This record gives sequence, C-alpha cells and structure tokens, in this order.
Amino acid sequence: MADIAHTSPKKEIRPPVVNIGVIGWIKANLFNGWFNSVLTIVTLFFLWKTVPPFFRWAFIDSVWNTTGQVCRDTGGACWSIVTENLRFILFGFFPYELQWRPLLAMIILFVLLFFSQNRKHWKKPLAYAWIAGLFLMGLFLRGGLFGLDPVESTQWGGLPLTLLLSVFGLTAAYPLGVVLALGRQSKMRGIKTLCIVYIELIRGVPLISLLFMSSIIFPLLLPEGVTINKILRAQVAIILFTAAYIAEVVRGGLQGMSRGQYEAAESIGLNYYQTMRLIILPQALKIVIPPTVSQLISAFKDTSLVVIIALYDLLKTTQTVLSDPEWMGFSKEAYLFVAILYFLGCFSMSNYSRKLEKELSRGD
Amino acid sequence: MTSESSVTTEQTLSDEAMIEIIDMHKWFGDFHVLQGINLTVHKQERIVICGPSGSGKSTLIRCINRLEEHQKGRIIVDGIELTNNIKNIEKVRMEVGMVFQHFNLFPHLTIIENLTLGPIWVRKVPKAEAEETAMYYLEKVQIPEQAKKYPGQLSGGQQQRVAIARSLCMNPKVMLFDEPTSALDPEMIKEVLDVMIDLAQEGMTMIVVSHEMGFAKSVAHRVLFMDYGQIVEGNTPVEFFENPQHERTKLFLSQILH
Repeated sequence: MADIAHTSPKKEIRPPVVNIGVIGWIKANLFNGWFNSVLTIVTLFFLWKTVPPFFRWAFIDSVWNTTGQVCRDTGGACWSIVTENLRFILFGFFPYELQWRPLLAMIILFVLLFFSQNRKHWKKPLAYAWIAGLFLMGLFLRGGLFGLDPVESTQWGGLPLTLLLSVFGLTAAYPLGVVLALGRQSKMRGIKTLCIVYIELIRGVPLISLLFMSSIIFPLLLPEGVTINKILRAQVAIILFTAAYIAEVVRGGLQGMSRGQYEAAESIGLNYYQTMRLIILPQALKIVIPPTVSQLISAFKDTSLVVIIALYDLLKTTQTVLSDPEWMGFSKEAYLFVAILYFLGCFSMSNYSRKLEKELSRGD
Repeated sequence: MTSESSVTTEQTLSDEAMIEIIDMHKWFGDFHVLQGINLTVHKQERIVICGPSGSGKSTLIRCINRLEEHQKGRIIVDGIELTNNIKNIEKVRMEVGMVFQHFNLFPHLTIIENLTLGPIWVRKVPKAEAEETAMYYLEKVQIPEQAKKYPGQLSGGQQQRVAIARSLCMNPKVMLFDEPTSALDPEMIKEVLDVMIDLAQEGMTMIVVSHEMGFAKSVAHRVLFMDYGQIVEGNTPVEFFENPQHERTKLFLSQILH
C-alpha cells in the first residue's frame, strides 16, 4: 500500500488561500457583505459610546477610600461604599472583633472545595478532611468551646451565610434528587407515588412560599418551647426545593439509558443497587451534567431569597449599608460589587462542570 | 465459512439436564409470544435456534436468565427453578452468561473494567485475581492489547469478542447467544464465530439464536426451528438441513439458503 502511495507524483494540495493577515481576517469576518458591514459599524459605534465612559466612571473619576460626603462631590464611581463597609457587607452583624472567625471558616471551606475539585483526591482522606473541616467551621461560627466566645446564629450574616446556605444546600440536594429520581422510576408503586407527589408538590410552589412556610407556619406546628434554628429551617427548605428539580433532571438522564445496559448488568448477576451505582448512574449523571449545573447555579442565586425571612445574607447586608444615610444613593457600586461575587461563584461552577464533562468523556 | 474448523458433534452427551423448560408460556400483553415450550438442554449440548423474526426465539433464551418473565410452566436451570425469588434469579444469572446482538458493553468503563466488574461485585473475587482471569480470557479472544481502551474505541467484532470474554469471566455453566453476529459488518462475523467455535470445542453448554447456518452445521448437536411461539421441529443439523419435516421449516430454509 505504502509503495503505491509513494510512486504517484507528489502534488501537495492546500486549501485555497483568499486572504492572509489582519486585514484579510477583518475583511473576511467583519465586512463580508453589506449587512455584516453595517452590523460591524453599528456595534463599533455602540462600543465607542459605552465602554470609554464606563471605564472613566469606574476607574479614572472614581474614589476608593473616602466618606460618603466626598463621594457626592465627584462624578465617578464611589467604591468607598464597598471599601468602607466591606466588613459589614461580608460578615453582617457578626461581632466586629470576632470576624476573623467566619473569615477563617470561609478559608477552610475554600481550601476544601479547591482540593475536592480534583477527582484524584476523591478518597477517604478527603472525606475525613471534610468532617474535620465542617467541625472547625461550625466551631468558628458558633464558638462556645475551647474558650471561643459563643455567637448566636441570629448574628450570622453576609457571605458566610450565603456560602453556608448554598454549599450545604446543593451538596445535600443533589443526592436527595438522585434518590427521588430513582424512586420515581421504581417498580414499587408506593415509593413511586410518594416520589411523584413530592416532586410535583414542591415544583408547584415558589421557593418564597416554602421559605415562608418554614419560618412562619412550621414553628406553629411544633410543641411549645421547642424551637428550631431559623437558618436550619431555611436550609432545609432550600434543600427540599432544589432536590425536586434535580430529580427531574436526573430522571431525564435515566430515561436516556438504553435497556441493553440494564440487561447486560443483570445478565452478569449485578443486583439493583449495583446496577444503578456502577452502570446506570455514572452514565446517566454524566449526560445531565449541563442541566444539573444550571439547576445548581440557579439554586445558588436563589439563596438570596432568604432576605424575606429576615436572614442577613450577602444581598441583605449590602441593602442594609445602602439604607445608611451616609451611603444612600450609591446602589450602583454596591450592587456591582455583589454581582461580581455572585458571578465568581456561578462562573466557577460552570467552569468546573465543563472540566468535569471533559474528564468524564474519555470513554466516548 | 467455518467448515475448516468443524467441531465433533458425535460425542455422546451426558443424560444430565442443564436446562429444563416444561410447558412454558409467555404473553406480552395480549400477544401470546411463547406457546407451550418444552425443551431439555443437556450438559455440554450445543443448540442453535433459528426461525423468522417475531417467532419468539430471542424471548425464549431471555426467559432462561429471567430477563423476561414467563407466566406459565416451569424453567429449571442447573437444578434451580426460576420463580419470583430474587435470590434464585441471582444464582441463575451467575451460572448463565449472555451475549447480546448489540454487545451492550459498559461504555464508561475500560475493557478490563468491563470484564472484572461481575467477578469483583458478584463473585467477590479479589481485584488482582479478577484482572488475571480477565487477561486470560482477553488473550483467548485475541485482544489482550485492548485492555486499557474503552469500548467505543473498538470495532464491532472486537466489542462482541469482549462481550463474550465478559460473560466467560463469570465462569458460567451455560452461554446464551442472542443473534451475536447480526449487528456486525460481514468481514467481522468470522472472528466472532471462531471464538464461539473455540468455546464449543471446550465443551461449553451453548444456546445460540442465529441464522449462521454454516455455524449451525459444524457446531450444533441440535438445530431448532421456531415459528409463532412454538418449537416447530428440532433435529441434528444433517437431518434438519437435508430432510426438514415441516412445511414451514422448508419454506424458511428455502428463503435463507440460496
């Protein structure tokens, strides 16, 4: 074969080259045809009108470390509202001199999340690290042991609260959602009905009403003298709500599996749990990574709804700063800052999901 | 195509029954797909089942490892009767290997992981030992070099050979083949049939649903013809092909052999 190929005259055929270089690229991509040319010009005009003024407002005319009064006299962005109130925005009403504790708790969380990213680390030591980490985070937030001053959970707020609600909300909702999806596919009638009723009921109400129920109606049902922490109640509401949506996403993945996979697993003698755990779920969950992450991202942002039951999450602490007469009117800057924090959270989630998808697609 | 490596079918079979099916019926809804099947498969016997599509031949062998449930009659595999008892079903599945038309390998696992999964989780064999066994069977089906690859990277013929090896790793007493070559490109059929012939030579009890008449002639002790949910006739390959008794068998053979 190779010999034959070599005897034929060598004529290299390259793709036809129309234009090379920057000018060629611009011509080929931005000005090919009158419609694209008009679009390009309009877009450039729009960018020229918006970007430089924004840049000027945000960086050149802006002030960074002043009082609110100084801010009012300048035309640029008043980042002082963020820098001057940073600790309140981040930590809410947590006692000022103890705020190193939630900071440390967050650092522990970030370190753990960072190590959990890599699937090579998904072994026993990481599980122990999480257990120890959870204990430490709880200890730093609550205090009351080892000479740390106790801090009531009503004083928790800001970023740690948002992270607490979302990280634990999502990690608990995901497995619960998977179990619900399996239950909905179950051949056992009772379990199946129960799961359908649960999923449809939860999906039938907005998260806000669930949060209200957890904070107002639920305590009425408890015997007198028994109270359950408000944060915990909100946390449970978020978990129950997100799980129902995850369940439906996962069910979509399960339905995408061919019967042949179940049959092959059964024919080598695997039982139901082994079949699900080893064969079906790894494939089904992989298929639904993109919609699952969408669900998780939206749940992360929905944690900001806890403001309506008077929990001081990141968004609420920011609003509180804005109601201070000194800083009134600088909502643009404050919300931009919070938006950046939320964006970082959401973006790293979607980034991670893309990385995970890539890693898991080796087999295809 | 397989005549050069024909297997002796003259040996006397033991009287011991491996599989006994007694007056077995199955319905899909109102459709009476299996209508009173009676079949005894002896140890080391090799049976080829043929018949038009929809005749119930796949359903029949899928009943033997309970991928399909029968509604009437009895199926006894290696002394264990198939009922709703899940423990019995699991025991039978450990003893019965199955090869599917569409291979059904696990695409998210490597070849070696596909092979060791059953032994490790069902037979509780230590991982190293399971891998050793897996490599032995991969050599047997002549693709040890593919062990670390994923099923999607293999050709159809290679995948089907892996599927056979996967079943063999469970050390089964019976192998069921459900049209193992009908999803393959023509040039890959031989490599799969060769593996099956090797298996036959080693004395495996086999039930093969197939239209590979060359394979049936050289390997089978008995060829069964099924139509409309019944076993119409069964005979030694020589008798079956040269002297079919039944009109429907004659018609069927005239359609596939020409």
